[in-house]
Amino acid sequence: MIRLNNVHKSYGTGSNSLHVLKGINLEIEEGGFVSIMGSSGSGKSTLLNILGILDNYDEGSYYLNGMLVKEMSEKKAAQLRNEMLGFVFQSFNLISFKNAMENVALPLYYQGVSRKKRNKIAHEYLDKLGLLSWAEHMPNELSGGQKQRVAIARSLITQPKIIVADEPTGALDTSTSYEVMEILKEINEDGITVVIVTHEHDIAAMTRQIIRLKDGIISEIIKNGDLKQWKHQYSKELEIA
Amino acid sequence: MFDLDLWKEIIDALKKNRMRSFMTAFGVFWGIFMLIIMSGAGRALENGIMDGIKAFASNSAFFWTERTSKPYEGFQRGRRWNYKNADIQYIRANLNDLEYLSPRLFGPNSYGGDNTIRGIKTGAFNIYGDYPDYFKIDPWTPVKGRLLNEIDILQNRKVCTIGERVAEVMFDEGEDPIGEYLKINGVYFQVVGVIHPETRINIGGGEKNEAILIPFSTMQRTYNMGDVVHFFSVTSVPGVPVSKIEERLKELLKGRHHIAPDDLQAVGSFNIEVEWKKFNSLFNGIQILTWIVGTGTLLAGIIGVSNIMMVIIRERTQEIGIQRAIGATPGKVMLHIVAESVFLTVLAGYIGLALGVGLLEALNMALEAGGDEVFFRRPEISFRMAISALTVLIFSGVFAGMIPARRAVRIKPIDAIREEK
Repeated sequence: MIRLNNVHKSYGTGSNSLHVLKGINLEIEEGGFVSIMGSSGSGKSTLLNILGILDNYDEGSYYLNGMLVKEMSEKKAAQLRNEMLGFVFQSFNLISFKNAMENVALPLYYQGVSRKKRNKIAHEYLDKLGLLSWAEHMPNELSGGQKQRVAIARSLITQPKIIVADEPTGALDTSTSYEVMEILKEINEDGITVVIVTHEHDIAAMTRQIIRLKDGIISEIIKNGDLKQWKHQYSKELEIA
Repeated sequence: MFDLDLWKEIIDALKKNRMRSFMTAFGVFWGIFMLIIMSGAGRALENGIMDGIKAFASNSAFFWTERTSKPYEGFQRGRRWNYKNADIQYIRANLNDLEYLSPRLFGPNSYGGDNTIRGIKTGAFNIYGDYPDYFKIDPWTPVKGRLLNEIDILQNRKVCTIGERVAEVMFDEGEDPIGEYLKINGVYFQVVGVIHPETRINIGGGEKNEAILIPFSTMQRTYNMGDVVHFFSVTSVPGVPVSKIEERLKELLKGRHHIAPDDLQAVGSFNIEVEWKKFNSLFNGIQILTWIVGTGTLLAGIIGVSNIMMVIIRERTQEIGIQRAIGATPGKVMLHIVAESVFLTVLAGYIGLALGVGLLEALNMALEAGGDEVFFRRPEISFRMAISALTVLIFSGVFAGMIPARRAVRIKPIDAIREEK
């Protein structure tokens, strides 16, 4: 589903250039449930942006569903995002002057689906996430968990192949975080690839694969079975630091 | 191109951000409103003045006599002199490019006390002796009866045409003055017309509606004026500037009356053409000024809109980022912002235009009630101006939307989403 070969990315130009990604090789299979971890500055957000076609990369290659994504026009990228990807953000990023249903329906607007039809579909997705009675509410009338569920419904409405989540639980309390993760897990079980960036390892532990970034390269990839051992090593590192 | 859904989205976005939309719209509204009001006012001033003078022959000049300022051919300076009937005949015969020539005599005027009597009614009016050609230079129209004509001159008829004020004073309401007699300075004249001046240009002083016009020849004879001519008006044939014959005429007159060729005072004259040019450049000036200030105001409005749009985009950076992340193409984002801005500017501009025109219309109605004497008439704007203002608005809407839209699209979606509010 996702294949990265030796991807490099720098910000800025000349002597001020900051080399963020220094050769990423990564393969995520269809139906994968992956978390990307790393300290701040390790390049995890940059990697997510590249995966989400929100940013370009300088070197290497990125194949999404067998298609090379490189130097794409903004228009093409936007269409690809709309068809292939669903986004969930830390701060929910709902549009404040649209109600829950309209927010969920918005991606379909960019596909040219008629208002009536897209609102109907939005209702179905809200129903799936248990928010049907909140459909007419504005974002500021919803709790954090509800907002994130609306955002998830919005990311799902285009039936994407991949959900990209940037710290989806970063702004939520523990129990709500677990609820959201539970939803993402269900989505994954329906066959959608889920990639999340997080720095909480209890959240990461719920995924089936953890990609750990350090200074712009992948320092290790941990499959779910190895997680206990990895956790041990990680806390040891923390003690030393 | 027309996409109902797009418009629903736009109107939705504008409605839900009421204050912002209103502030944006107000700048443009004010700009166009001021442009309309100012240009209407400029036009009204022009109409007001032009109505008062446009019927007047613009290629005309007027001549009277003054005391000489130089000794010449044995005469001392300070001599009083008059034009004679022979001068008029000589000019008619010897001056090229002359179209009309109308001599005039000034009879008793209103400052000399009551000079007109009818029964127990009396009045003080300005009495003039005129030729029919005078009406070709400074047109009057008969309200009742007729104007003076050639036969009145030839037969020295004791007839008169009177201004409206004269009719009001000397006759009862509902009474028909035509055919009645007025005793003017001791002599009876039959009223043949009540006349109304077409222009407010006033040659020789006195209120025009307090004038009594009698045949020139009758006045010379009846009041023992000999062959004296006080004053005359001339026009040049079309295509020849009156200034040209004005100079030749003066030379002719000086030669016939022993006046020094370099005496600048003795022949008094007034040239309407020169004044006309002054008026025209004045109005051009007003029009240009109106446009400069108007477009300046409009431009300020547009810059205001662009500015507000800039702030809005900043405020909406995140929203735009989200939209792009979930699949809005840059083209679509641009289209939205530009369409929003065009919609706002055109709507606001249209309201400004409509209110401006409405106000001018109301003003016009109020002014119409004021009658003939107002110097401010028919404030209006041309259709062409309205259309060009609207065109400017649409372009400015695109312009005002384009700059912030391009900025919105330049930001990477992810940076937009992350941008601190």
